Amino acid sequence: MSEKRNNQESLFSPGSSYWGDVWLQFKKHKGALLGAIIFFGIVISVMLGPLLWPFEPNAIDIRSRNQGPSLLHPFGTDQLGRDTFSRMIAGGRTSITVGLAAMFLALILGTLIGVIAGYFKKLDGILMRFTDLFLSLPLLPLLLLMMFLFREPLSVSYGPEKGMFILIVFAIGVTSWMPTARIVRGDVLALKQREFVMAARSIGTPDQKIILRHILPNILSPILVSATLGIANAIITESALSFLGLGFPPDFPTWGRLLNDAVDYLQLHPERVMWPGLAISLTVLSINFLGDGLRDALDPRIRGR
Amino acid sequence: MFDYTVRRLLIAVPTLIVISLVIFLVLSLAPNDPMAQVPLTVPPEVKEKMREALGLGQPLYVQFWKWLVQFFWIEPQVLIDHYFGTNYSEDKLRVISWQTRAPVMDTVVQRLPQTLWVVGMSYVVAIAISIPIGIYSAYKQYSIFDQAGTFITMVGYSIPPFFTGPLVIVIFAVYLDWFPSTYDTLHEVNSWDSFIIQLKQMFLPVMVLAIQGTAQISRYMRSAILDNLNQDYVRTARAKGLSESIVILVHVLRNSMIPVITVIALNLPLIFGGAIITEQVFKVNGIGQQLILAIYANDLPTIQTLTFIFAFLIVFMNLVADVLYALLDPRIRYE
Repeated sequence: MSEKRNNQESLFSPGSSYWGDVWLQFKKHKGALLGAIIFFGIVISVMLGPLLWPFEPNAIDIRSRNQGPSLLHPFGTDQLGRDTFSRMIAGGRTSITVGLAAMFLALILGTLIGVIAGYFKKLDGILMRFTDLFLSLPLLPLLLLMMFLFREPLSVSYGPEKGMFILIVFAIGVTSWMPTARIVRGDVLALKQREFVMAARSIGTPDQKIILRHILPNILSPILVSATLGIANAIITESALSFLGLGFPPDFPTWGRLLNDAVDYLQLHPERVMWPGLAISLTVLSINFLGDGLRDALDPRIRGR
Repeated sequence: MFDYTVRRLLIAVPTLIVISLVIFLVLSLAPNDPMAQVPLTVPPEVKEKMREALGLGQPLYVQFWKWLVQFFWIEPQVLIDHYFGTNYSEDKLRVISWQTRAPVMDTVVQRLPQTLWVVGMSYVVAIAISIPIGIYSAYKQYSIFDQAGTFITMVGYSIPPFFTGPLVIVIFAVYLDWFPSTYDTLHEVNSWDSFIIQLKQMFLPVMVLAIQGTAQISRYMRSAILDNLNQDYVRTARAKGLSESIVILVHVLRNSMIPVITVIALNLPLIFGGAIITEQVFKVNGIGQQLILAIYANDLPTIQTLTFIFAFLIVFMNLVADVLYALLDPRIRYE
């Protein structure tokens, strides 16, 4: 009862802003808060890790190969004596960067298609058929196909790492915009009937301005939620591609690649699959909890309670 | 009901044709030369002839048409010949793999059953586990069981199959030694003992896919049942004195299955993706593994055919879901 009153007070207290209320609601979801802390912790440690950790991810030290965890090498070393911890940091950097970049691309595509389909009635039918078509495509086979076909030409023109980065981000982006487009379309359809949009139109505001000023700010919350889920999806897809050997080049560590390398030593060193596997799972799990909490916090119907 | 099914079928056919066009265009847009693997010592005239034999010199629409004819017209004839001993397909050109120099569909027919068994069994297991979990956690909302269930499904949802695969191998094959870590493709089932061995080697791949499926389905099951529990018809059913088990298991469950079936159908691409990875991890000789092998071997006809077969399976299962939908909800039939 007292908690409810506190919430009420905070809602109507003089200093409360929209984002302040969202934050208050978000804080109440313990899983989401923990997820946010873990996710940002992982992001900060993979970004700052190379500055602090003494070992290079690709430095070969054949004398100390196949070691178990020790103080010097907390995650052990691999078959060439490379420090697994530094490879994990380097891998996380790639995986998370790919996840963020692919999410942005998918978000832009999804929002664009969703807004156009929801706002312009003439294009709605065609665009939604198009979305349905994409939803019934066999995505992993198509992604593998794209990797296989465009890998070499892109590595030639942009260098092996940069070319692969562009290809993976593009491939994941163009195959994962559909859920965002569907959600955005639904919200735009509902918004279009609201009085403030009709008022804006009646005073002769051009469509472009209505979309930018009135529609987009109001669909920010579903976009944010699908952004978090998009990062998780992109990280899993990138790891799946690297796991199947069609991602980044072998000497370039990503979490999926490290997992793939570790599977070859499954019988001898079963602990090696744990590090990259746990890293992927923990990141995705924390993002999913973050998204769950964000969805509750951004939904005014839930926030008021 | 019949009308409805036919209408759905009529939508599925153009979808499939557009998908096959997309696959074909992606393959033909590729800057790769399919003849790149041919040794440099082969003279250019011979190379040109090989190119023609592969149908590469012709315009795109002719190539696409040829593939359509081979896949939709000649391959069914081969199937008919096989079953009825006729010879419609004699001397007709089939889709030939560049890797094995044999018709692609012959290999697919050998490998498809394994994939379908693993995917199908994992769905059966996932549905059998997630329906009771979903019902119970919705019925006792916010109980400890519900909260633990929500957490576990979230974990199951977040762990990708390429990690659960090695993980269950480490636990069940390396440490406990209960199940074999790889799938013995030559194993034949001809007695009770060999059937047990078959079950054992199916267990781990099915388990990996079922974990993924259970996590997804039980989450939706729970929220679908929660939505239905407060409906008026539930109160009516209780008021007229039906027992609680009939209210939940007959009335609520039937109505809750509708969104769940949609989710199952929408998640199919994900499950088939998982099947490709699972087959790779456990060395199951299904079509997913065949696709990976074909990609590594630059075998374009096989890649094209297999990607299309995956698309076909997804569209077909969506069709089944649509029909089930109509069976469960009479309103949909008359739309």
